[in-house]
Amino acid sequence: MKPSRIAPWIGGAAALVALPFVYHQPYPLHILVLVLIWSLVYTSWSMMGRFGLVSLGHGGFMGIGAYTTALMWNYLGVSPWLGIPAGMLAAAAAAVLIGYPCFRFRITGHNFALLTLALSAIVLQVITATRDLTGGSLGFTPNRYQDGNSIYALQFVDKTTWYLIALGVWMAAIAIRYWVERSMLRYALEAIAEDEDAAAAAGVHVTVEKLKITVLSAMMTAFAGALYCQYQMFISPDTVSGIAVSLQMVFAAVVGGIYIPLGPTVGALITILLTESLRIGFGTKAIGWDNVIYGTLLVLFIIFLPRGLLGSVLGWRRPLPVRATAPAE
Amino acid sequence: MFGIFDIYLLEALLNGVLLGGVFALLALGLNLIFGVIDVVWICYAELIMLGMYGMYFLYVTYHVPFLLAALICVGGVGGIGVILHVVVIRPLLGTAPINQLLATGGVLFFLQSFATVAFGIDFRNLGIRLPILDVAGMFISYARLLAFGVALAGMVALYLFLARSYTGTAIRAIAQDRQIMPLMGVDTRRIYIITSFIGGALAGLASCLLVLQYDVQPFIGLTFAPITFLICVLGGLGNMVGGFVAAFLFAEIISVAGLYLDLEWGYVFAFGFFVVLMFMRPQGLLARRS
Repeated sequence: MKPSRIAPWIGGAAALVALPFVYHQPYPLHILVLVLIWSLVYTSWSMMGRFGLVSLGHGGFMGIGAYTTALMWNYLGVSPWLGIPAGMLAAAAAAVLIGYPCFRFRITGHNFALLTLALSAIVLQVITATRDLTGGSLGFTPNRYQDGNSIYALQFVDKTTWYLIALGVWMAAIAIRYWVERSMLRYALEAIAEDEDAAAAAGVHVTVEKLKITVLSAMMTAFAGALYCQYQMFISPDTVSGIAVSLQMVFAAVVGGIYIPLGPTVGALITILLTESLRIGFGTKAIGWDNVIYGTLLVLFIIFLPRGLLGSVLGWRRPLPVRATAPAE
Repeated sequence: MFGIFDIYLLEALLNGVLLGGVFALLALGLNLIFGVIDVVWICYAELIMLGMYGMYFLYVTYHVPFLLAALICVGGVGGIGVILHVVVIRPLLGTAPINQLLATGGVLFFLQSFATVAFGIDFRNLGIRLPILDVAGMFISYARLLAFGVALAGMVALYLFLARSYTGTAIRAIAQDRQIMPLMGVDTRRIYIITSFIGGALAGLASCLLVLQYDVQPFIGLTFAPITFLICVLGGLGNMVGGFVAAFLFAEIISVAGLYLDLEWGYVFAFGFFVVLMFMRPQGLLARRS
């Protein structure tokens, strides 16, 4: 890239890093950390969704990441520094387990979405069923290490520290997304999304290419799940796994726009700010209203703005990506 | 020792069959809609939730007789199905199939939280306690038996409608070839609306039966949704006979595994079984090999 194009990025990044040192109100910082962590989740999802691989199994990957890390810490005393990679590997294994046969046997579209939905449901049910270990639907709290401030245990009381961690991880995720967008993988996957047979005939190894993006996306999601757990110090099956969480990912990513790298982040910003402002404005009366609005917006966005908010603003001149306009059959 | 073991197993198997009837009914509506319109209603279980609330308010609050309430419910949820089709599905008919699936996901969010806002998160039930039958030492819930019978009757009625009536023939024709039939003079818009109504009405029928066994709450849909989708996919989306067979397979696994372990493990086994079977028969249980 030319320096003139890089400059605004560096400036933006510097401003984001400097933010907590200038302005350190705990509550807005807390919201920002949540936005960053969920942006990471939504970005990971959109890396697959962008190529027409609509997975409803990401709730499962996130749950695997969060629970593996937390369980290993509480019961085996393994530091999250090892627990998080373990959780990511477990999610990668789950992704291969469900992805390989799907791609090998050409399970696509509706069937793929519903099969991955089974994964979400399985993870949720396993967490609930092993309630002696995981606390079931009551949730799970990682043990506090000493005074709750430790690099070894990845526990910090300070919001600024968490903000910087989340910011770094989020930037890395955006960088990975950019890297994928510029790699051969992108061309292969776009070809596959348009016509699997044609892509295979042109020498694209369909199964392998799809598996690559699935495993990458699953591992990033698991990482985000573990990070969420370390930050909140509490997880429950309903907040990190299951179908509702999977659909939430779809929703936020679609609202922001899945075809451009920063779209899911905008989606996270919109959804979390909406929830929080409703909560502040209306208190307990607002429970449920945020999802009423989300649901309506999701339907409206898919009908009128399939490229998402940011995608529509930035990409109004460009033609719509193939998948969004492809006629049914 | 073995005598006791056997009778419990037999009871679980029998309950599995009864549960299978309801699952089959749930899957039938989805399969019909997918087969004809080529759309998956992710919010299908939420329609059932609405139906259950409808039954609750009609029966408990307004003291409408049960059968009349059930009739209103079946028609009402059918109407909601039509609204869903006209408002959400029809504008998306020409776009990527996955968009339709995601849009109904939005409807799922909407209905679920709408129920939370409108009805609160209390568990409600009709307060009807149906007797439990004692058949040769096995306990069979009357509510389940009733559900099984009505579900079966509903399925036979739908079969007769599709096989014998003029409209039914048109619906089957559309399901076979969506491109050619409009050229033959079939009005697809009208057929889609009729199909959506029947699909919704089947959800309404299911809700009348389920409300006898489960308490109503806004998130009840999540209890039925995964299993219903898996049954449909396992049977082959749009394949009604396949869905029927898959429903009983799933119900038996859940019922028998639930006997030895927790109910959740029953679901885990059923889902695991589903994943394994999908890889053996990716196009569904009864798919013809191409």
